[in-house]
Amino acid sequence: MRVFVSLRLVRRGGTVVLILEAVVLGILSGGVYALMASGLTLVFGVMEIINIAQGIFVIAGAYVSYALQQQFHLDLFVGLLITMPVMFLFGLGVEWLFIRRIKRDRVTLSILVTYAVALVIEGVLGYIFTTDLVQLHAWYVDASVQIGNFYLPYVYLFAFALSVVLLTGLYLLLYRTPFGRSLRASMQNRTAAALLGINVSRVQAITFGLGVALAAAGGMAYGATNTFNPSSSYDLISRLLVIIVLGGMGSFWGALIGSVLMLVIGDVTAVLWSPVWSSTAFFALLVVLLMFRPQGLLGWSEGRRQ
Amino acid sequence: MRRVKIGGLLCLLAFAVIFPLVFSNSAITSIAVFTLLYAGAATGWNIFSGYTGYFSLGHAVFYGVGAYTLALLCRDWNVASGYTPFLLFPLSGLLAGLFAIPLGWIALRVRKHVFVVVTIALFFIMQLLAYNLHGITNGSAGIVLPFPGDWGDTFFNLPFYYVGLLLLLLALAVSWRIRHSKYGLGLLAIRDDEDRALGLGVKTGSFKLSAYVLSAVLVGMSGALYAYFVGEVYPQFVFDPVFDVTVVMIVLLGGFGTLSGPIIGAVLLVPLQQVITIEFGASSLDLIAYGALFLLILLFLPEGIVPSLQTIWISWKASRTKAVRANGAASQDHAVLAERREV
Repeated sequence: MRVFVSLRLVRRGGTVVLILEAVVLGILSGGVYALMASGLTLVFGVMEIINIAQGIFVIAGAYVSYALQQQFHLDLFVGLLITMPVMFLFGLGVEWLFIRRIKRDRVTLSILVTYAVALVIEGVLGYIFTTDLVQLHAWYVDASVQIGNFYLPYVYLFAFALSVVLLTGLYLLLYRTPFGRSLRASMQNRTAAALLGINVSRVQAITFGLGVALAAAGGMAYGATNTFNPSSSYDLISRLLVIIVLGGMGSFWGALIGSVLMLVIGDVTAVLWSPVWSSTAFFALLVVLLMFRPQGLLGWSEGRRQ
Repeated sequence: MRRVKIGGLLCLLAFAVIFPLVFSNSAITSIAVFTLLYAGAATGWNIFSGYTGYFSLGHAVFYGVGAYTLALLCRDWNVASGYTPFLLFPLSGLLAGLFAIPLGWIALRVRKHVFVVVTIALFFIMQLLAYNLHGITNGSAGIVLPFPGDWGDTFFNLPFYYVGLLLLLLALAVSWRIRHSKYGLGLLAIRDDEDRALGLGVKTGSFKLSAYVLSAVLVGMSGALYAYFVGEVYPQFVFDPVFDVTVVMIVLLGGFGTLSGPIIGAVLLVPLQQVITIEFGASSLDLIAYGALFLLILLFLPEGIVPSLQTIWISWKASRTKAVRANGAASQDHAVLAERREV
């Protein structure tokens, strides 16, 4: 069952104001989704695998933040300094144990392997934390800033700032460092990159770890703005997959645009129609887009050959 | 050789027919019904995905449409309990097939990688509709089907068992017929090299779409069987991502794109899955057990049982005749390819 969390906004004023609020909120939470989606799309671009476990990695990140807060009373954002490296290493482990073993039919088998990994993690999380819904708490989650007529919890602003910082960092890593050049080379042509002396399997492992670390950071922000339990991962992965299909699979900018579009359209639909239908308008947009542009907004035209 | 094969198959069929009479415990026959149901669905899925190489992870849509069609027909036409609902199964399959036309048309515009993700996305859209279209589906409250009848403890599962067996035989017959036709050859050509198949005159678009619709019909009828057997439909159980993955795992375990693979996979996997659910279903441990089971299959038997056994059998045969043939290696490869096409 999908869980729709109230926007926790005090609503006053006319429809226009409400729509404006929804747009602002959509952009802010879209930034958080961009964190999760950019990891997913990069992993697809570099490794030609579709990581169905991204949804549960997000939730795992949220639970690590939750545990750190409950056990050591660490601030959520400070806790990320532990969460992200831990999840990065965890990603390296998953890549080394399972993903690297897939030799043929990478795309298809990777979906199944990562789904199986997701099931195991979901089971473990459910076993440790039970399936009760929880939410992360901090002063900035409960306090709001007043903008005009509506109140916005600080955490939306902080989470957006976090996304901007991390995504800028990712951009610099991709486009301004030798590692980023290796990564983009591996994305364009794995064989040619290997021939040029790039250690492609190392690049792939690190990319996967980065994807998981970004998902974990997104998970902290998600956990502070929504209630969650282990099965929230299904809702997340369905949204993330749709986002990267819309943006064009493997495209970094496509993932950013797709995330913001999805959340803005969803929140506006929730205001104008009903929260129950918030994903529908976006899904409809996706179907229409796929009819005219099957490769997504910024995707490669013919899709690369296996 | 051929006579032995046919005799063996008849023996298997006879075994399947008398099985529930010998093991009449209702716990066992209920597992057997699920096994047949999944074997039929997996055979149907295999007709599209196994033969064309396009992995659909959205066939739960047709399972759900089939299940809901039966539930709604029973409710709106005031169908009495008993055997009548079984007669509505073809209608359920038909409606699932009708749904498959637009969905397939949209999804099949993209090539293999993206196709998988698009089917997942379409699946989630349909699941959302099943939750939200209260007027039709009654939302998450679900719909209750008529109780089959006062059939008694040991007899209760038998009608479902034999209908399941019939559905499986139907799916198998369709799958066999396609496999040994020019149409099936076209589908396999798409799997091997779509562009070349197109160049050689295979109408790839209509071939793919028709196979997609056909497999949806078969999966839809399995969904109807599920609905009547379980007696109620809920969005989360008939539009279930786990159904998709289970079907794929069954086919991968048995042998992708083979005739007998889906059945072998279902016979091995479904009882295990049912036992896991019964033993650990209350805690989250069943998810861990499923996941671990799937990982073991994927990492150690990605080829599937049937193709692996074939390779072993053929290389064993080849090693016996190697002394006679000079160019053993080359003809062995051809033999492998030729025999794989057969099974």
